[in-house]
Amino acid sequence: MTIMGTPRLRKEDPKLLTGEGKFVDDIHAPGELWMGMVRSPYAHAKIVSVDTAEAAAHSGVHAVYSGKDLEEMGLWIAPLPCVWPVTDDMLNPPHVPVVTEEANFVGEIVAVVLADSRYGAVDAAELVEVSYEELPAVASLDAAVTGDALAHSDLDTNKAYHWPLVPDPDALDAAFANAAHTVTGTFVQQRLIPAAMEPRGVLAVPSPHGGDITLYSSSQVPHILKVMVAATTGIPENKIRIVAPAVGGGFGAKLNINPDEILAVTLANRLGLPVRWTETRSEAAFSTHQGRGQNQTIEIAADAKGKILGVRVHLDADMGAYMRLITPGVPLLGSFLYTGVYDVPAFGFTCDGYFTNLTPTDAYRGAGRPEASYAIERAMDLLANEVGVGPDEIRRRNYLNGGEAFQDLEVASTLVFDSGHYGPNLDKALELSDYASLRAEQQRRREAGESKQLGIGLCTYVEICGLAPSRALAGLNYGAGGWEHALVRFLPTGKVEVVTGSTPHGQGHETSWSMIVADKLGVDPDDVEVLHSDTAISPLGLDTYGSRSLSVGGVAISMACDKVVEKARLIAAHQLEANPDDLEFSGGVFRVKGTPTAELPIQGIAYEAFTAHNLPDGMEPNLQEQMTFDPPNFAFPFGTHVAVVEVDEDTGGVTLVGYTAVDDCGPQVNPLIVEGQVHGGIVQGVAQALWEEAVYDEAGNCKNPSFLDYLVPSSMEVPSMVLDSTETPSTSNPLGVKGVGEAGTIGSAAAVINAVCDALSPYGVTDIEMPATPQKIWRKIQDAKGGEA
Amino acid sequence: MIPAALKYVEVDSAAAAVAALSEYGDDAKLMAGGHSLIPLMRFRLAAPAVIVDISRMGGLSDIRDAGEHISVGALARHHVVENSELLQAQAPLLAHVASKVGDPSVRHRGTLGGSMAHGDPASDLPAAVLALGGSVVLQGPDGERVVAADDFFTGFLETATAETEIITEIRIPKSSAGWSFQKFNRRAQDWAIVGVAAVLGDDPRVSLINMGPSPMRASAVEAALAGGASMAEAASLATDGTAAPTDLNGDADYRGHLARVFVERALVEAAG
Amino acid sequence: MQIDMTVNGRAYSADVEDRTLLVHYLRDHLGLTGTNVGCDTSSCGACTVHIDGQSVKSCTVLAAQVRGADITTIEGMANDEELHPMQEAFRQCHGLQCGYCTPGMVMAATSLLSENPDPSEQEVREGLEGNLCRCTGYHNIVKSVLSVAGGQS
Repeated sequence: MTIMGTPRLRKEDPKLLTGEGKFVDDIHAPGELWMGMVRSPYAHAKIVSVDTAEAAAHSGVHAVYSGKDLEEMGLWIAPLPCVWPVTDDMLNPPHVPVVTEEANFVGEIVAVVLADSRYGAVDAAELVEVSYEELPAVASLDAAVTGDALAHSDLDTNKAYHWPLVPDPDALDAAFANAAHTVTGTFVQQRLIPAAMEPRGVLAVPSPHGGDITLYSSSQVPHILKVMVAATTGIPENKIRIVAPAVGGGFGAKLNINPDEILAVTLANRLGLPVRWTETRSEAAFSTHQGRGQNQTIEIAADAKGKILGVRVHLDADMGAYMRLITPGVPLLGSFLYTGVYDVPAFGFTCDGYFTNLTPTDAYRGAGRPEASYAIERAMDLLANEVGVGPDEIRRRNYLNGGEAFQDLEVASTLVFDSGHYGPNLDKALELSDYASLRAEQQRRREAGESKQLGIGLCTYVEICGLAPSRALAGLNYGAGGWEHALVRFLPTGKVEVVTGSTPHGQGHETSWSMIVADKLGVDPDDVEVLHSDTAISPLGLDTYGSRSLSVGGVAISMACDKVVEKARLIAAHQLEANPDDLEFSGGVFRVKGTPTAELPIQGIAYEAFTAHNLPDGMEPNLQEQMTFDPPNFAFPFGTHVAVVEVDEDTGGVTLVGYTAVDDCGPQVNPLIVEGQVHGGIVQGVAQALWEEAVYDEAGNCKNPSFLDYLVPSSMEVPSMVLDSTETPSTSNPLGVKGVGEAGTIGSAAAVINAVCDALSPYGVTDIEMPATPQKIWRKIQDAKGGEA
Repeated sequence: MIPAALKYVEVDSAAAAVAALSEYGDDAKLMAGGHSLIPLMRFRLAAPAVIVDISRMGGLSDIRDAGEHISVGALARHHVVENSELLQAQAPLLAHVASKVGDPSVRHRGTLGGSMAHGDPASDLPAAVLALGGSVVLQGPDGERVVAADDFFTGFLETATAETEIITEIRIPKSSAGWSFQKFNRRAQDWAIVGVAAVLGDDPRVSLINMGPSPMRASAVEAALAGGASMAEAASLATDGTAAPTDLNGDADYRGHLARVFVERALVEAAG
Repeated sequence: MQIDMTVNGRAYSADVEDRTLLVHYLRDHLGLTGTNVGCDTSSCGACTVHIDGQSVKSCTVLAAQVRGADITTIEGMANDEELHPMQEAFRQCHGLQCGYCTPGMVMAATSLLSENPDPSEQEVREGLEGNLCRCTGYHNIVKSVLSVAGGQS
């Protein structure tokens, strides 16, 4: 390997830097109609009537449809899909693109207009008159659990499912019965708005005479979308093409099957005209799913020295109004990680999913794992306080395998961790952050009574990626497999095309995949073209989410390259009249061992395979191979994050003044990209800790749907970060790679809140709810001062 | 979102603007930089049928020395105010506050007159003009009048400007007194949760951002200072006469605490 | 109404509704789709262009208000041969991932340097405070801008 592991500039950049990159809203089709959505202003209401007359009469309006109009048109054969029914008896009320009887969250679509311009669609949507009969709304998770109101009138409960993972209940009870110390943390994972910078958009272009249809969508999951459009609309799958052009960030929010996608496809198909729509930012709080929304209770039982005996977790999880594509499974993705990087003899996890009359939730960067990491890492700090040792020491005492290297180790949650080596990773982070000096400075400020106090927070996380072994997914009732497909093809002139089922939206796959191929085949990375995200070009794939692309899709490419080399070897042996076993391949050239002059470059072999003039008997022409890789196990990246905050005790204001992260994602293909992923991930987790929350009032209205009040941080709110890494190869794939797309987010929220609590520890503060706003912090301090007086 | 349909009219003088306002009445809104109005129009919280564009009118964007005061044309953009050497020398608080409004791209477009006309209690520049004891020049069908900033802000998003009047100029008395501007928010580009502007001249003036329905002075603080109170004592009166809002960033009680903290910090800095 | 302006050195004209925002004039009527829309509150800066050389959020300007003005969009930054130094710096420093905020970032950053050719890190952060990015955590964006500033001095 010479190219992998070396920073390399991205191929994607010139287009994106110059405006050549085309996002969905940049693409137009002649005669296109704009959809305008009429949305419910009520969280829960019966729809009494929909009057479309005035809107329909408005200039430039092509058509207006109520939910009932669309139902009568028979545009779909099934509701929007949920592919993860986590239990056999899970409740799953049907979610149709436009409601007919009852609106179940603010922003649910009740009518659609089609107009000939972007502006005209907005105007016409305002003219649709809808009469509602308001119903009691379930406006929070707490209300769903304890209140009387029902989120769905035709269900007799808000509880959608109960899911337990308690491998050995007796052992768990015994652990708590025998504990010298127990600590309990109750944490709220607030709802978050994913807020990819590109709002979602769709453009459906029909072919009235050919019968096929192309959907351009800002989607992370074009392949899954294709299957689901077929299943939902009844349009034959072979007539559907999905294109995800340049996609401006996803973070999970673009992995759903959305009402607008189904509407655009079906209306375009019915009318024979292109149909499009782009959400506005403020609309996105309703038109795109949200993340998190969990109430967590975690208990740790430990012996006198703080050695963990057992961990018990219960979640209440806010599904929102409907089960979207993988809504119910998100908490399960975290369930296995509530034991963290620690040696936990006994473990139990239960989760209850609840419906509310709020925007549905689903995957958001980390999906279940940031929540798990937060709970265990916050609870470890509680345990450190309880036992009376430092946060670093409590972690060391509990690391799996004593912090030493291990492979294929089964943990209490029944998973087998591929590899880990936690001790040196912590050491490196403490050294890099100058932890000892930070503690000294903290002490100095405390003794001086300064108004700006320092807080230092640790998080030593582990996460799951490499989704996923298909059989493991089957065990979780997930509706699909977890493989990824790749095809590697030499062109006659010696250039290479790679077709991948991974679907990037900012991760730089074109660059990283080229680097893998270049190393494997001995070609220049610039001679490799990566084709993706268009189902007509890349028909097989399971897309990009959950930090899976490298460890499944990238590995598939690497293995396809191995097959290409093996076929080329046979051709080379045939033409050099040598035994295949006597050939060595390096730098793109086959040589006969011991006969340096007998050599053939692989590009030349590609041409020979194309002409097929002189191939071994029975060999197919052309040099191309494909591979579908289904990993035998997940991959478990880990790392240590150190956050340093300054808390102004007079105002409660928090400033993140330093951040150090040492992540271990195994061997890195392109360190430049790895660092970028970690930077961005960290800030998303910090944002959850300090700024972001979708706030709802008692009627179920989101009070901060726009960027004026939903505080996505700017360059002014975060510092430059210090990053380093350790490298512990995975046993789950031949490249030993893990994944890094979500690691930053999984590590950072707990690190920051641990730091804030650390700063406030002289006041006896042990917890603060996210986001840690200045007002909350100031109140904590006031309460503590009041308590002293 | 998208503004509702409108008729666009451009005028080339204050007199023409006044004539247009007289012609279109309630339906018309003046637009300078548009950075207060267009966001409201995009959410259709404002839907003027006629936009009278004054942004490129001649003569109303100059900043000049008028003897006792500095005359700032209503169309002077925040970026120009921020970088005006005249203001930096003669009324440095105003230049400094202009540099803290929104973000650089907003400051390239927004105008001092527009900010005053909008009269937002959460806005930075009205507080600065109040603390500096400035005044606003209005031109209407019957000619020109001058309104002290103290009398200009009359209620929530309401000012003394009549429907047929246009702000042509903001007058800022020259000041070499100590000053301070304090702005507290969770994200740099956002409106202040609470802000304070202070000018400690012979007659100390302190104004508050986002502590009531309109930009306002901290009269009790000023009176206490005039009466010889210590800064801490004066600052403790910061919430007298205020009616702070409650929103996602803080409730009235917390805002009151912040007002006391930042008034004291402002007084200390201004006196330093 | 008929609106004329010069964009990236070329004269354009289009007949649009009076209410047309500059960003939609550029994108939907002139086909210059490099300028993006990321919000509806003048918060995110994805739509940043230069009007007469200064960065402005084009979602908060009526096209009618800048008739006859000289507009530069991201499409006008590189020449046929090479990227603008700021674009090149973003590439060298990995200052972009999904690329959606990038055109606005580049326009804001070049405007910043035209006013302050040698900013500190803090000044760069202040200069970009009106441009939101969800991918990079700003680390490499700030690095990109500083590398150009350093290179110029």
